[in-house]
Amino acid sequence: MFIVHRRKIFYILSGTLVIASLVALFLWGLKFGIEFKGGSLIELQFKQNRATNQEINEALKDLNLGEIIIQPTGEKNMILRMKEIDEDTHQKLLEVLKSRFDIEELRFEVVGPVIGKELKKKAVTSVVLAEIFMIIYLAWAFRKTSFVVKSYKYGILAAVSLLHDITIVTGLFAFLGHFANVEVGLTFIAGLLAILGYSVNDTIVVYDRIRENLLRLREKENFDELVDRSLRQTLARSLNTTFTTLLALFAVLIFGGETLRYFMLALTVGIASGAYSSFLASFLLVDWEIHRS
Amino acid sequence: MGLFVKRNKIEAEQKGFGTRQRNKIRLIMLGIFILAILAGSLDYPVLWDRGVNWLNSNLSLGFPYFYKLPFKLGLDLQGGTHLVYVADLNSIEAKDRDASMDGIRDVIERRVNLFGVTEPVVQVNKAGDSYRLIVDLPGVTDVHQAIDMIGATPYLEFKEQRDQAETDAILAKQKAGDAEALKTDAYFKSTALTGRYLKKAQLAFDQTTNKPHVTLEFTDEGGKIFAELTKINVGKVLAIYLDGSPISVPRVQEEISGGKAQITGSFTVEEAKQLAQRLNAGALPVPINLISQQSVGPSLGKVSLDKSLKAGIIGLIAIAGFMIVYYRKNGALAVLALMVYVILNLAIFKAIPVTLTLAGIAGFILSIGMAVDANVLIFERMKEERKAGRDFMSSIDEGFKRAWPSIRDGHITTLATAIILYQFSTSSVRGFALTLFTGVAISLFTAVVITRIFLKYVYRSS
Repeated sequence: MFIVHRRKIFYILSGTLVIASLVALFLWGLKFGIEFKGGSLIELQFKQNRATNQEINEALKDLNLGEIIIQPTGEKNMILRMKEIDEDTHQKLLEVLKSRFDIEELRFEVVGPVIGKELKKKAVTSVVLAEIFMIIYLAWAFRKTSFVVKSYKYGILAAVSLLHDITIVTGLFAFLGHFANVEVGLTFIAGLLAILGYSVNDTIVVYDRIRENLLRLREKENFDELVDRSLRQTLARSLNTTFTTLLALFAVLIFGGETLRYFMLALTVGIASGAYSSFLASFLLVDWEIHRS
Repeated sequence: MGLFVKRNKIEAEQKGFGTRQRNKIRLIMLGIFILAILAGSLDYPVLWDRGVNWLNSNLSLGFPYFYKLPFKLGLDLQGGTHLVYVADLNSIEAKDRDASMDGIRDVIERRVNLFGVTEPVVQVNKAGDSYRLIVDLPGVTDVHQAIDMIGATPYLEFKEQRDQAETDAILAKQKAGDAEALKTDAYFKSTALTGRYLKKAQLAFDQTTNKPHVTLEFTDEGGKIFAELTKINVGKVLAIYLDGSPISVPRVQEEISGGKAQITGSFTVEEAKQLAQRLNAGALPVPINLISQQSVGPSLGKVSLDKSLKAGIIGLIAIAGFMIVYYRKNGALAVLALMVYVILNLAIFKAIPVTLTLAGIAGFILSIGMAVDANVLIFERMKEERKAGRDFMSSIDEGFKRAWPSIRDGHITTLATAIILYQFSTSSVRGFALTLFTGVAISLFTAVVITRIFLKYVYRSS
């Protein structure tokens, strides 16, 4: 056999990654961006030397802005995050800063807490909705092979592998949030859903091969051998497709500028994990079937 | 003998079928070529226009330039301001709330247009029980002024007719090109009566004729001014202006005391209702509060656009390189199909139009991966069929047939996630969902139709 007999290695690796992700999520949680928790964000560009964090704090001391998170980005830019402020305060803040530093405001965002709560709810619903859709669609698409492997099993295991991918990506961002102040915004949710779409695509390709091989079952071939053969047959495709998609994503990750960086990181990790978890989904199918017989 | 004849006949039939098939392939190739040229010209009309210039200078046939359509860029790419207001509708009855929101939207749209914003978007969004007003102002970076302008009370005023002599004088000055005169209204002049004195406007019907009209109710002070105004203007017209443009020009029949007036005219019930709505909105705007704001300076937008375009092109080149190195001739065909894919996609972005945001460009680049995947699936399948001993032409069809269920299922699930994502009204996510959707939909077409025809065209003789 090619790989199915070595599936324990995959289980151990995935188990470790998933547990580490869950620990990171429980310990630190995600750092939500202002889109989710409400607040303000200002991105500034310094024409000459960038001010230090202390200088900014010092300058804004009298405005009573509460805690200001200051983050230098790129070469000359700086992002300030704080509580929700109104337009007058925003103007005052700019006035104060402009009187001390030579700056240009690149971007300003304020999100009220109501919108944040709403979006959080929407985000969770849409991820759950997507998962449910995948289970139902796969169960339907694979209905013809029900006489060998019950078709709902494909749906459920595909969903398990999706959860695996999402958990790892979210765990990574909990980790990044804690150590590098990386925030999770709306594009992160868009990324998660795109990962769902791609990862399920990988799983479908392998399952589709299993389905086809089942319909033309060879004599004296065990189910684990059949899955192994299917994985071997789809290996070139899986590697090539993942590689080309990652090529495009790497291009954006490296050349695409700051704003998209973490969105792209989420996609890259998620899509790599998605390709990997299509193996996992197949192994789980083998173990489910063996357990049954 | 008889057998021999029969075989000849079959061969002849096969040959006939073969040429018919080949003609069909050629025809589809031609169709794809024309489609690509047209879509490409929509994407980048400069080349077409240059060709036309050359043709016209040599042949003087007068070919037209290509239709120009710009890409629609989101606020994050061209700079601009995105504002979200929540309306305080506590004082409005539940059944009138939709109408009030429409009224506010109209007023704000007019105000924004006055400000000279190109292509502003003002929309009402209902989230649960609360009504939101979303205002997108491309190119506006002076947020302070924009917010002031939108938050201000819409301006309703009554204007009276100028004397004939006065009108003539202004018109003469305007003809002479006097800058000051050009800015003044030659026919009407302002009065003291404005929306500040309007208490309420209502749709009503004439008792006898049953025609719709709009009744106005003034405050006490307004009633006095109105009485004075009508007294001196009997027989003349009194114009009602909203935000600087006339909405109704009724004629004064007699002095009107009691602080009530009506605007009659030949309007339909719908028009009268709308007028009342606008007047109410103009006179009694529902208070709105800013709850979310995003503004992107033009320089950041430009940098983001340049960087993401550069990244997209580098990504494409990398993919093309890999496909050609790995799949050789077939890979080159797939790259060609991929170029058609990119051209078609960009043309559709312009034609629909899809508002391109930073995340949207990311979605497009991601969809390229999907398009390549379909090709890879087919090629791998074709390789297997060849190994199993099939000839090239039948391996093409068989490869497509076998790869189809995976391609279909993969595309459908990705389309579904794009649709779910579209439910977010936030522009960045929506942009991503839209480009992912169109990209994946077109990839289905290019991979299954175009790559296949390319392959058949190239290998038709073998």
